[in-house]
Amino acid sequence: MPDATTTDGALLVLAIVLPAVGVLLSFVLGGRYAERIACVLLPSGFILATIIFADVWQSGHRLVYIVGDWKPPLGIALRADGLSAAMMVAMAIVICAVAVFAHADFGTRARSPEARAPFAFWILLMAIWGAMNTVFLGGDLFTLYVAIELLTFAAVPLVCLDGRAETLQAALRYLLFALLGSIFYLVGTALLYGSYATLDIVLLSRRIHMEPATLAAATLMTVGLFAKTALFPLHLWLPPAHAGAPAAASAVLSAVVVKGSFFIVVRLWFDVMPGMLGPAGAQLFGALGAAAIVFGNVVALRQQRLKLLIAYSTVAQIGYLFLMFPLALDTVSAQLQGSGALTGGMLQAISHATAKAAMFMAAGLIYVALGHDRIAELGGIARALPMTIFAFGLGGVSLIGLPPSGGFLAKWLLLEATVATAQWWWALVILAGGLFTSCYMFIVLARAVSPPSAPLKLRGAVPRYQEAAALTLALISLLLGLVALGPIDIVEVGRLESTMVGSR
Amino acid sequence: MNAATLFGLCGAALVGFGLYGLVTNPEPLRKILAFNLLGSGVFLVFGLVSRRAAASGLGGDPVPQAMVITAIVVAFAATAMAIALVLRLLQETGRSTLSVDNPGGTDTDRGNS
Repeated sequence: MPDATTTDGALLVLAIVLPAVGVLLSFVLGGRYAERIACVLLPSGFILATIIFADVWQSGHRLVYIVGDWKPPLGIALRADGLSAAMMVAMAIVICAVAVFAHADFGTRARSPEARAPFAFWILLMAIWGAMNTVFLGGDLFTLYVAIELLTFAAVPLVCLDGRAETLQAALRYLLFALLGSIFYLVGTALLYGSYATLDIVLLSRRIHMEPATLAAATLMTVGLFAKTALFPLHLWLPPAHAGAPAAASAVLSAVVVKGSFFIVVRLWFDVMPGMLGPAGAQLFGALGAAAIVFGNVVALRQQRLKLLIAYSTVAQIGYLFLMFPLALDTVSAQLQGSGALTGGMLQAISHATAKAAMFMAAGLIYVALGHDRIAELGGIARALPMTIFAFGLGGVSLIGLPPSGGFLAKWLLLEATVATAQWWWALVILAGGLFTSCYMFIVLARAVSPPSAPLKLRGAVPRYQEAAALTLALISLLLGLVALGPIDIVEVGRLESTMVGSR
Repeated sequence: MNAATLFGLCGAALVGFGLYGLVTNPEPLRKILAFNLLGSGVFLVFGLVSRRAAASGLGGDPVPQAMVITAIVVAFAATAMAIALVLRLLQETGRSTLSVDNPGGTDTDRGNS
């Protein structure tokens, strides 16, 4: 067996157990302690993710932990390759920033009575963090199923934290979409287990071959995951859910949660069955992504409210993630390969996460200051909240893809791949998407810096640390392009290994 | 037709009914019930997989059985959460539909207008 627990493998267990301990402790100690527990655990989670990242990067091998020393196929393996390490660090950063931001809305003051919303928020935030880590580290498809369900169960209540009727409806619609998606995924795992008697990703990738059951399973699982990722045309639940939630929750939902199911799509097609997508399937993925980009951007342009605009922009940005499938397909071997396109796609996921979280936070602060988020009436806000609007603009810079942002590097890598694989039509989509994005960013920013029609009366004070949290994330997404000088190849770590092991 | 095929067909039929109900019914409660029907069909498929993969002399492969227990717990939790949402929606609005009856909404500051 090539799989064995590596020296630092226990760190992976810690990454999943820490959030679970936090959730349980918060339940036992009650709502007044939930924030304090999160304040201790979330930064330690970030440090843990950094250690795992450094470990993977330095050793050039993935970390493996065999739970209970029961080897797959009977047992469960946790594995951290470059992909998971990079995503873990990025998501830990976003979640920590959201925690700082959320202190204003969900903070527990000394000697105040226990309130429902903060109690729920901090527990759900830790649950999302734990579920995401499980998604990144899970080594078999059934563990990933459980992880994605945990993620859904933590995300849906975040949508309706304030308990208004519209948000309850949005949450219910989200839950129904997600449940349909997960049941499709579950049928897929049943079919795969029935055919190959294992769900372990490494073992499965060696045994899997094209046959009707595999095709049916792959289709069902992919459609299910698309519904959870809100890829066009299964995006209907996303805009009301993300726009209606409180700002801190919107930031987590848009930045973090949709990346979970996307990550499983990547695992499924790049790791489990890299040779099965084929040119036709890859073009179909790309076409759905392109449709999402066009549709999301056009609808975003027509929005009158800032939070809905940002939510539709998420629909469009999810489309970019799926452009990497046709671009990562090796034309000779017809295999999906870890290449510039994969790096570009993952970088797009990370830079979107940081930029979009910053933008939702900024929109939340604008809402607090003005009491509304109607784009047409934003005049003068740039003078009142310069730091917030600056953060919003920097987030937009990354979404548009201006240098040196992470979005720029991601789109650059994708464009490079369109040239290398001679697929000019995707380049058109990428460039047109950037143009649309700059249009709606311009509309919002032009309104924000224009003088107000009447003297601006601020409804609420905006704490400086909230602005700082948004600005920090925006700066990270702006400077993410600089990883080109650093650990950009981390995505490749562990990928070659599995193919080599496969041919042994 | 042996027992395994019969179970498989039953599972397929349940999945079909459930999927139809989930897509066509506008009522959230009926959608949730349809989801459970769909889920039962899938669990039956797991049972079938377990039966087919059994080594000689064994009743079934235990791994899919372990999985299906987890899946049942997950489906139970999902149903409980969906019902809680429907009840809360009923308390808030007096109705429990997902359709937006008054497009345009009453207040443009709301999230779902």
